[in-house]
Amino acid sequence: METAIAIMTGVFFATAFYLMLSRHIIRILLGVAILGNAVNLTIFTTGRITREVPPIIPDHAAMPEVAIANPLPQALVLTAIVISFSFFAFLLVLVFRSYQELGTDDTDEMRDAEPRDEPAPPLGY
Amino acid sequence: MRTLIFRTIAPFLSSLMILFSVFVLLRGHNQPGGGFIGGLIAASALAIYGIAFGVSPVRRAIRFHPMALSGFGLLLAAIAGMLSIFSGVPFLTGLWVTPTFFGVPIALSTPMLFDIGVYFVVFGSITSTALALEERERD
Amino acid sequence: MAGQTQINVDLAEAMVTTAPPLADWLVVAPLVIGFVFGALCLMMRKDTGRQPAIAITGLALMLAADIGLFWHVWQNGTVAMTMGRWLPPFGITFAADMLGATFALVAGIVGLAGGVYALEDVNQTGRRYGFYPFLLLMMAGVTAAFLTGDIFNLYVWFEVLLIGSFGLLVLGSEREQLDGATKYALLNLVATTLFLLAVAYLYGTLGTLNMADIARKVAERRDAGPLFTIAAMFLFAFAMKAAAFPVNFWLPASYHTPRIVVSGLFAGLLTKVGIYALLRIFLMLFEVERDLLAGTIAVVAAATMVLGAMGALAQNDIRRMLGYLVISGIGMMLAGLALGSRTGLSGAVFYAAHSMVVMTALYFLAGIMGERMRGFSLREAGGLYSQAPWLAGVGLVLFLAVSGLPPFSGLWPKAFLVKASLDVGAWWLALAILVTGLLTTIAVGRTFAFAFWRERQVPDDETPAPASSKAVVGSLLGLTFLTIAVGFYPEPFVQVTDRIAGELLSPQAYVDSVFPTGAIESEVQP
Repeated sequence: METAIAIMTGVFFATAFYLMLSRHIIRILLGVAILGNAVNLTIFTTGRITREVPPIIPDHAAMPEVAIANPLPQALVLTAIVISFSFFAFLLVLVFRSYQELGTDDTDEMRDAEPRDEPAPPLGY
Repeated sequence: MRTLIFRTIAPFLSSLMILFSVFVLLRGHNQPGGGFIGGLIAASALAIYGIAFGVSPVRRAIRFHPMALSGFGLLLAAIAGMLSIFSGVPFLTGLWVTPTFFGVPIALSTPMLFDIGVYFVVFGSITSTALALEERERD
Repeated sequence: MAGQTQINVDLAEAMVTTAPPLADWLVVAPLVIGFVFGALCLMMRKDTGRQPAIAITGLALMLAADIGLFWHVWQNGTVAMTMGRWLPPFGITFAADMLGATFALVAGIVGLAGGVYALEDVNQTGRRYGFYPFLLLMMAGVTAAFLTGDIFNLYVWFEVLLIGSFGLLVLGSEREQLDGATKYALLNLVATTLFLLAVAYLYGTLGTLNMADIARKVAERRDAGPLFTIAAMFLFAFAMKAAAFPVNFWLPASYHTPRIVVSGLFAGLLTKVGIYALLRIFLMLFEVERDLLAGTIAVVAAATMVLGAMGALAQNDIRRMLGYLVISGIGMMLAGLALGSRTGLSGAVFYAAHSMVVMTALYFLAGIMGERMRGFSLREAGGLYSQAPWLAGVGLVLFLAVSGLPPFSGLWPKAFLVKASLDVGAWWLALAILVTGLLTTIAVGRTFAFAFWRERQVPDDETPAPASSKAVVGSLLGLTFLTIAVGFYPEPFVQVTDRIAGELLSPQAYVDSVFPTGAIESEVQP
C-alpha cells in the first residue's frame, strides 16, 4: 500500500513541478494547488497507513477497545486542506484580477512592478 | 443561468441548504460534521442564490457584509477560548454546562461556541470570495 | 460527551489537573488581543472613523502584553502553556523563551508604530478595504509564530500572517500592486508548502511535532532517519521566507508596490519571522545538522549580504533600494546562524532587532521624502534639506544606523559578527560583512547627497509641499529615538541578546519548562 501511495505522491509532485515551470500564471497556480495535495498525501503516508477502525471512542468506554487508526495525520491534513483551499480561492481571485488589469497571463510580460526600461540611478550631480 | 426552472428552484434549494448547514454544524460534536463544512454548505447556498438572481439580492438578503460576519465569527471563537480563564484552566479548554429546558437536557459547551465561530468565519470569507468572483463575471 | 462521567478515568495521566498561574496567560495574550481587536475592526468595516481608534488600542494592548511577557520571562525564565489542558506533547504548546519574547516585543513596537503611521497614510478607501483588520491579523500571526512551541502550529501561523500580508499588499488594487502581489503570493505559498513537507517528514521520522519533544528525541534517533535531508529542507523553506540569495527574488518584485506603511511593516516583520524560525529550528532541534550545514549557510549569508548591497547600489527608486537593503540585512543574520558561537548568535539576534526597527523607520522616512519630492526617483530627488532640516537629521541617523556606522544601533551587532567570524578564522565572512557595510554606506550616502543636499530638480509648482502630520512624524521619530538609544546605551540590550544566545546554545531549560518534572514520557512510537 505504501509503495502505491508513494508512487502516486511522486506523480503528484512531478505534475506540480512541471506545471510550475510554465510561464503562464494559471498553470503555475494549478501547480501550486497540486503541490499542496502532494504534501497532504505525504503527511497522510508518514502517519503510517493501517487497516484499522476510525479513532472514535464508543460511549460506554473510556478508551478505544480495538486498535485505531492514527488520528493526528488526519487532523494535520484537514488543517492543511482548509488552509490550502482558502489560499487557492484567494489566489484565484488575485490572478484573475491581475489578468484583467494587466491583460496578460504570461509571467514574462508581467513587468509592471519591475519595468524593463527603468533608468539607472544618477552617476553624478 | 437565469432559466425559469433554476430561478424557481433556487430559493427552495438555498433555504434547504442553509438549514442543512446548521444541522451539520450542531451534529459535528458527536458525529461527522462541524463548523467548517457547515459554513461551506451555507456559502454554497448563497452562491447558488447569487447565480440565479445576481449578486445584489444576495447582499440584501444577508443584511451584513460577509466580511463583517467573518469578523463576528472570529470574535466568537476568541471568546470561546478566553472563557476558560474564569475556570482556572488553560486557553481553549472545553467547558460544558447542561441546563435543562422543558425537561430536555441540552449540552452547551465552549467547543460548540468555537465551532459556531468557525462556521461564521468560513461562511463569511467564502461568500465574499464567491460574490466577488460572480460580480466580475457580469462586468 | 463530557457531561456524563460514569466512567472513572485517571485524567492526571493525560491532562493538566492544576490551574495554571495567571501569569502564564501572558503567552497567549498578544495573539488573543490581536484576534479580538481584528475581529472588532472587521465587524465595523463601514465605520472608518472609529476603526483606527480600536486598532490603535488593540496594538497598544498587544505591545503592553508583549512588554509584560518580556519582563516575566526575563525574571522567571521560559514560560509555557499547553492548550486545552492536554499535557504536552499531546496538546499544542505555546512557550516563550527570551528569543521569542524579545522578537515579539520588537514586533509589537514596530506594529504600533505602523498603526500610528497609517492614521495619515491609509485613506478612507484603504480602511474600508480592511487595512486595520489585516494589520491586526498579520500582527497576531507574527507574534504567535514567535511564541508557539509546536512546529505544525508554526506552519499555521505562517499562513495566518501570509493571509494578512496578502490583504495588505493588494489594498489599492493598482496594476503595479497586482503584479507584485501575484509573485509574492505564489512564491511565498510555495515556500510554506515546502516547510509543510519538511514537517511531514519530521513527523514521519520522530512521531512528534512539539518542539521541546523533538529536541528531546532527536538526539537518540539521529540515525533513525534522514534528519540531514529534513534539516536541509527546512533551511531551503525558511531561507525562501527570509529572502536569502538565491531565493530572494520575490522581495524586490513586491516590497515597493504597496502603501509605504505596508512596505515598512513587511520589511520590519516578515523576513524576520523566517530568521526566527531558522534560529529556533537549527539551534534547538538540528544542532548537529547545523554544524554540517554551517559552510553552506555561511556562503549563502555572504552572497546575500554582498549581492543585496550591490542591488541597492543599482536602484533608482528609493523604495526598491530599501528592499535590497532588507535582503542585505538578512545576510548579516544568516552569518550569525552560520557561526553558531555565542558572540555570533548574540550579534545575529541583535542585528535582527535593530533591522526590524531601522528598516521600518527607513520606509517611513522614504514615505515622507516621497511625499515632499512627489516621487521616489533618485534622478528627480533634491532640495529636501532646505525644505525640512529636521528630516535631514533623522535621515542621517537612520542612514548611519543601517550602514552600521557609529554611533547608532547598527554598529554593535556588526562588531559582534565580525569578531565572531575572526574568532573561528572565517576572515572572508568578516570581509564580506565589512564590504557590505561599505557598499551600503555608498548607496545610502548617495541617496542622502541627492535627496537632501542637491538643489531641487523639478520646477516648483504653486502648491507648497504638504506638511507631514503629527502621526507620521511621531512614529518616525519614535523609531529613530529607539535607534539612537540603542546606539548610545547598548549595554542592557547586549545583556538580553547574550542571554538569548546562551539559551539557544543550551535548550535544556526550554525543554524543562514545557515538560516540567513529573510529566509523563510520551510513548507514541511512529
